[in-house]
Amino acid sequence: MIVPIIRTAMVGLRRDRAALALSFVLPIVFFSIFAIIFGGRRDTVPKIKVIVVDQDQSPASQQLVKGFQREGSLVIMTSPAAKKGVQQPDYTAATAEAAVKAGDAPVALIIPSGFGANPISFSSGGGQDRTAIELLSDSSDPVAPQMVAGLLQKVAMTSMPDVMAEQGSKYTGQWIGGFTPAQQKQMDAGLERLRQREAAGTAAGNASPTANSSNGEIVAVKTISVLGNHKDNDTISFYAAAIGVMFLLFTASGAAGSLLDEVESGTLDRVLSSRVTMTALLGGKLAFNSLLAFSQLVLMFLWGWAVFKLDFFDHIPGFVVMGVCTAFAVGAFGILLASICHTRAQLGALSTLVILIMSSIGGSMFPRYLMPEAVQKAGLLTINAWAIDGFTKVFWRDEPISHLWPQVSVLLAVGVVLLLIARRIARRWEFS
Amino acid sequence: MASAPAGPIASSPPLQIEGLVKRFGKVTAVDGITLELRVGECLGLLGPNGAGKTTLIRSIVGRVIPDAGRVAVFGYPADSAAARAALGWVPQELAVYPRLTCKENLESFGRYHGLAGTRLEESVAWCLDWSSLQDRATELARNLSGGMRRRLNMAAGIIHRPKLVLMDEPTVGVDPQSRNRIFEMIETLHGEGTAIIYTTHYMEEAERLCDRVAIVDHGRVIALGTNAELVHNAFASRSQVEAHFAGPSDGVAAWVAQRGGRLVDSTAQFTVERPTEIAGLLDGAAKAGLEVVDVSLHRPNLESVFLHLTGRELRD
Repeated sequence: MIVPIIRTAMVGLRRDRAALALSFVLPIVFFSIFAIIFGGRRDTVPKIKVIVVDQDQSPASQQLVKGFQREGSLVIMTSPAAKKGVQQPDYTAATAEAAVKAGDAPVALIIPSGFGANPISFSSGGGQDRTAIELLSDSSDPVAPQMVAGLLQKVAMTSMPDVMAEQGSKYTGQWIGGFTPAQQKQMDAGLERLRQREAAGTAAGNASPTANSSNGEIVAVKTISVLGNHKDNDTISFYAAAIGVMFLLFTASGAAGSLLDEVESGTLDRVLSSRVTMTALLGGKLAFNSLLAFSQLVLMFLWGWAVFKLDFFDHIPGFVVMGVCTAFAVGAFGILLASICHTRAQLGALSTLVILIMSSIGGSMFPRYLMPEAVQKAGLLTINAWAIDGFTKVFWRDEPISHLWPQVSVLLAVGVVLLLIARRIARRWEFS
Repeated sequence: MASAPAGPIASSPPLQIEGLVKRFGKVTAVDGITLELRVGECLGLLGPNGAGKTTLIRSIVGRVIPDAGRVAVFGYPADSAAARAALGWVPQELAVYPRLTCKENLESFGRYHGLAGTRLEESVAWCLDWSSLQDRATELARNLSGGMRRRLNMAAGIIHRPKLVLMDEPTVGVDPQSRNRIFEMIETLHGEGTAIIYTTHYMEEAERLCDRVAIVDHGRVIALGTNAELVHNAFASRSQVEAHFAGPSDGVAAWVAQRGGRLVDSTAQFTVERPTEIAGLLDGAAKAGLEVVDVSLHRPNLESVFLHLTGRELRD
């Protein structure tokens, strides 16, 4: 009796393409996406962009900058990218801060004037008169600032051996009464050789430092969150947007599935035999889907405000703009999926497949800055990425509504294009 | 109850079909049908499953684009807004929203037809009354019995009070009691002057409800007229004799064929000019060694006409 049951089930599964896709295609697709993002080749690991402003221009600060430039995991930017082939002026402290606020880079290092006079310290108490490097951070990226802070200590150890030795000699003089003239002469000669080696670029850049954390305070660092210290709930707004958009997509495709129910029941024929045209019908479905999606977003952010202290009410205009555009794009996406499919089962499988892929590379499951560059670029093909970027601008960066134009334009354009395609495909339901 | 569409050609017949052809791939579903429906008339489209009735109806509603021919509703092209306003359609499927109540369903379809305010309210009330669903007005459609859902399906098709109504097998799957209730609804509508096209493969429905009947087979109208006209054209004054025989049917079939009759489902059928011819048949059967179990004489009906014209039973 078992065999006939298995045989019947297998025939059913073979003919249910939706179930087949969910059973076999989806796991493989997801395995591949996660493998690419987290387990891919090393050359695909994302590099952290760091803006460096050297106000000191001392030998020590220049050595530090060079040390940073040799770090393979960082992309050091001393000036904005050239516009139309015109080289832009170097960053200043103000423009670097603005760039971090705008999300151009998650971290900026400001090496202030006077840094070179007393750059490092080997004890926690000895560095109080030092000039601290300012590390301007974007709190929306919790990883990059900490990584750069750690690397700063490492680079200080490896890129400024002469400074380290000189500082060591100062401590020796301070604590044990100084060197004899012969010792001092030998020390100076040694320091000179170190400087020459550093100048020749042969310093052992990757030598293992003994200090391994920013707590070592070899170089004094003052970390400043440029988005304001009040943003202790930044991850909440990220997840409200990221998770929200993913579920909006599911809801919209589910709601658009009512179109398929109407096809299957014959109600669509009856509706289209009335005054309602296919364009009006799709328009009505889109309006409903968008309204539903916007309501979901409102509920989600209100919940974030009530339970997780999300700063919702100070951002209502930006939220409304992004919410409406996101809801429109998501609503059109649902209509398109429904128009492509022939049955609810097909819609269920296709929407699960497409939405999970979009959500994984679009930043709904984990932040895009953790992904390789190529995947980050691919993410821009998703509604999720543009919506999350827009909400990020509103809630993290406190940017004015006018700064949302790229996200608004893309989401509206995507919505219109998807709707036009859906309308074209829906012609098959109009007449036979 | 119905209001005729306004316009210069409102005096045109409710429905004119000329040379309608519709093919689906290699299959010709409608093969050159020409029909005209008169004002206030109920015309039955009688034919077996697959005869092309539903395709014809969908062409009239504008849901099928014909390959050739023309359909006009009160003079307006089938897919025009004026035709849609004048036309009511009761599809074979239960095309209502299951999660809406009866009243909400009617209101929705009424709005789709442009009704609002008092007109909508009055129309919904009339339809609930017409379909005897007043006491179920707030019941979800999915919770209704099969017969009630059929009635709601019909009510949704006439919510805008059209002058011409197309009913595509509205009694499919309902019990005899509900079927009678549906007949009464149709008779009420017909009595109020609404022109009706009624498709069915039940001969008795066509006989009871329709002023004229078009017999459809293989996408063509093979006969058109009143019930009496069709029978007379096919049989004149002749009657039908049906006989059942005991024993194996091999010899029966040969003998029936020899006497110019047909054997359909073990029933031998003969056409006779006079009832006295029965005696000759019985005598012949006895001489052929066949034992007649029973024999009956009756006037031919639409089913007989269909069988006569196509050589097949109506429900084949």
